Amino acid sequence: MSFVSYLLNGISLGSVYAIIALGYTMVYGIAKMLNFAHGDVIMIGSYVAFVAINSMGLPIPVSVLISVAACTLLGMAIERIAYKPLRHASKLAVLITAIGASYFLQNIALLIFGANTKSFSSVVKMKPLQFADGQLNISGETIITVAACVAIMICLMAFMKYSKAGHAMLAVSEDDGAAQLMGINVNGTIALTFAIGSALAAVAGVLLCSAYPSLTPYTGAMPGIKAFVAAVFGGIGSIPGAFIGGVLLGIIEILGKAYISSQLADAIVFAVLIVVLVVKPTGILGKQIQEKV
Amino acid sequence: MKKLSKNTKSNLITYGIVILAYIFCEIFMRTGHMSSLMKGILVPLCVYVILAVSLNLTVGILGELSLGHAGFMCVGAFAGAVFSKCTAEIISVPTVRFIIALLIGVACAGICGVLIGIPVLRLRGDYLAIVTLAFGEIIKNLVNVVYLGLDSNGFHFSMKDAMSLGMEPDGVVIIKGAQGITGTPTDSNFTIGIILVLLTLFIVINLVHSRTGRAIMAIRDNRIAAESIGINITKYKILAFSVSAALSGAAGVLYAHNLSTLTALPKNFGYNMSIMILVFVVLGGIGSIRGSMIAAVVLTLLPELLRSLNEYRMLIYAVVLIATMIFTWSPKAISLRERYSPAKLFHKEEKEVQ
Amino acid sequence: MKKLLSLAMATILAFSVAACGSKAPADTEETTTGEAAETTEGAETDSEGAEDTEGTGTAAEGGVLKIGGIGPITGGAAVYGMAVMNAANLAVDEINAAGGINGMQVEFQFEDDEHDAEKSVNAYNTLKDWGMQVLMGTVTSTPCTAVVAKSAEDNMFHLTPSGSAVESIAQPNAFRVCFSDPNQGAASAQYIGENGIATKVAVIYDSSDVYSTGIYEKFSAEAANQGIEIVAAEAFTADSKTDFSVQLQKAKEAAAELVFLPIYYTEASIILTQANGMGFEPIFFGCDGLDGILAVDNFDTALAEGVMLLTPFAADADDEATKSFVTAYQEAYGEIPNQFAADAYDAIYIIKAAAEQAGVTADMSVSDMCEAMKVAMTQITVDGLTGTGITWSEDGEPSKSPKAVVITDGAYAAQ
Repeated sequence: MSFVSYLLNGISLGSVYAIIALGYTMVYGIAKMLNFAHGDVIMIGSYVAFVAINSMGLPIPVSVLISVAACTLLGMAIERIAYKPLRHASKLAVLITAIGASYFLQNIALLIFGANTKSFSSVVKMKPLQFADGQLNISGETIITVAACVAIMICLMAFMKYSKAGHAMLAVSEDDGAAQLMGINVNGTIALTFAIGSALAAVAGVLLCSAYPSLTPYTGAMPGIKAFVAAVFGGIGSIPGAFIGGVLLGIIEILGKAYISSQLADAIVFAVLIVVLVVKPTGILGKQIQEKV
Repeated sequence: MKKLSKNTKSNLITYGIVILAYIFCEIFMRTGHMSSLMKGILVPLCVYVILAVSLNLTVGILGELSLGHAGFMCVGAFAGAVFSKCTAEIISVPTVRFIIALLIGVACAGICGVLIGIPVLRLRGDYLAIVTLAFGEIIKNLVNVVYLGLDSNGFHFSMKDAMSLGMEPDGVVIIKGAQGITGTPTDSNFTIGIILVLLTLFIVINLVHSRTGRAIMAIRDNRIAAESIGINITKYKILAFSVSAALSGAAGVLYAHNLSTLTALPKNFGYNMSIMILVFVVLGGIGSIRGSMIAAVVLTLLPELLRSLNEYRMLIYAVVLIATMIFTWSPKAISLRERYSPAKLFHKEEKEVQ
Repeated sequence: MKKLLSLAMATILAFSVAACGSKAPADTEETTTGEAAETTEGAETDSEGAEDTEGTGTAAEGGVLKIGGIGPITGGAAVYGMAVMNAANLAVDEINAAGGINGMQVEFQFEDDEHDAEKSVNAYNTLKDWGMQVLMGTVTSTPCTAVVAKSAEDNMFHLTPSGSAVESIAQPNAFRVCFSDPNQGAASAQYIGENGIATKVAVIYDSSDVYSTGIYEKFSAEAANQGIEIVAAEAFTADSKTDFSVQLQKAKEAAAELVFLPIYYTEASIILTQANGMGFEPIFFGCDGLDGILAVDNFDTALAEGVMLLTPFAADADDEATKSFVTAYQEAYGEIPNQFAADAYDAIYIIKAAAEQAGVTADMSVSDMCEAMKVAMTQITVDGLTGTGITWSEDGEPSKSPKAVVITDGAYAAQ
């Protein structure tokens, strides 16, 4: 029975990672850059939602919408200011500005909201489901997170497959030069990608803080890195891959903690990642790109 | 003669800068014109310069992105510190003790580099980056759970806690898990640091300009072409990677002997530190050894010089980081700079005068 | 070639700027460039010389006592450093308003160390350049251990408000306000054992943290003497402190009656929420790191109902000193002070008491001051926020007894 319970906890944690990883993988797939500031956009989103709910007393759905809107704007602003000027520069240069943006967001949050921990009250008002006389507990947050994650994944896949903007994104990710020649607005497409990725970050932030209710300016950093690992795990750039990677990562982390050692939980997660990548160098669902001579 | 010595000249300038900096600092220090802050930060500056130069070997020369450099530094630091702490009473000459500790730290980090390099270097690009990041985190995590004690029966090792070492009453716990190593003799000083910097430069510069170095750069520029002319890719990749790891191990030993306490926190041996070193390399110019050296010095001093800004310090630091990256790398900024560079304006004026 | 030259120039410039530029005190309100240059000159000759030039320039006839503070005000541990900085400023303002120490006005400057040993030493050196005479810091243990080696070299009086590791005050010039980690671990085990609160205990601790492992080790050693059985000892690390379901599940399965939490309240608030979610209701028992949990913005205090903690300070205690401190702190910073703030507030008053006992004057050298205050520390008895009748032994440890409090109806109640 405890195994099932661990598994459920793993899925719960994993689906939070998965939502963050979806944002990561979107941006990576199209703009071909590791957006290290993604985790911090999550944190800002959570703070916005926190202020909207607690200080302004707005209803929860409105607050979540405000948070999504704020993050969308923030994501587009970061892209415009920090990443766009470096569109054709070395990939490493963009990586460094992303890190700079991450520091910037952390420190600005520290200045505005202070270093004190804020306790985020859950936006999910569902009663936990209980099975087997309270031996098994599924919290409302878990259900909503998993549902949201699956829904977002399906929407994103449908968006990529059926919408015109989605086709444009695929084209840009394949070859941005050729896409431009075909009349696609590359800058607009990349901005849209950042907008969607950051909107997802806001959702992820609200769900992350609902399940694990402590909010500090550094809340986003570690889940951000874990989600990055998850995205690579599933094959970075692949939307279903990010979902699978996130959930698997959560399960491995929890089971490793439960059955091997709670001190070595991080080492176990990373060791599994290395084994997977050594066996399958582009992740679980990653595309093997044939090199041309 | 002149053409032939172009590389040599550039290298001599690199060494020259280090030696000049050393002389300047010594003069300032001897005449009492140096602040305590500067005196204290000289050894860390050497540490970061070594790290930046060694990472440049992986990122700039080999062309692979590594996000786990701090892990090797961690291995070197702990290996060296354990040795020094054990022998603090046996070997009384600090320099001798430091040199042996240095060799041990370098060897351990180098071996780790080979062991990690073999599986990792099969991967490409961002996958390689994430795996090196993973290794760095694993090393940090492992170091945090290791307990090592020494008593009359020899070494005791545990991964649980200090009690399970089962030591004799006369024993000393050397590594105390997360509490790390305390009471390492502070054997490093600025002179040793500068000597290590020069040694690192010597090794890296000579490697780059050797036959091996050219093979490594050929792999970076075109792997398939390099393979087709018979270059053993795996061998050279692992060679470059492990040399880079060993050098950062040296930086770790220097770091460990600068302060009396050594713990593996996310701040000093986590991925944050690896990224920090990467920032030095990228900002200084990928592949430019002198550049990474200067960037390491400037970026380490910057937060200290910004101290008067108090809480705004790290915010300004972030802004400076982004602004510099855009200024140095953005195609638009580069063309702007070329058009309005003072040197060019000067030249134009000269022409007009003529 | 030109480029190379300019690069070389840049390095030299950077060095020389760093060598001379960082002298001017960071907090000066209206330093014109001329004045800054003057102080720089003075400071460069010797730190002691600098005290005189600045002292006579700025303050009354008693001179100035410069107290430096170090702690993290950026980075993940910023919350502790902020509390210390704020409370120390509060205490300094009060002392200055009341006429200072031995007629000397107190100047206080706080430097950031980002909870990193190396940065902490940099901060220490910056303060030395500023002319610090007494050090109140550092806030966190590992940096404190690094700094204490340096302050011992300079023989500067060093009082840490909250550096709790044994090694943090290993040198004779160092004292502390808080309890040491082993002290807390042993006291917790004794309290649980002597009061018969529980026999089956689970521990959840942070295996990557000095404070937490230090308490845990001593606790488990002492638990055996007290007839307490540790049924589960589960760790987490700084990198995996989002989810605690596994640790709680294990504690639950081991039928623990009490869960010991030698950790800080940020993580504890998640643990309490998750335990509530899975219907696990043991007694939660913590140390001074848990203090502050009720002040977490928007925290549902019902979750903390029945939590016991050993702490020297409770923000809603009803003695006069605590009340006026909490009110003043809230007015100034809009937050309820935690135990770190109380430690720092006490630290400044302890420095005052020791300096008065030792008859410290502004023209004493740093080393003389330290020698005098070292002796004075063992003679004074201080009634502070974190204990009454606190005395110090020569090794720097305070002797005070922790108070056990239970959270009832969202407030602390003494046991």
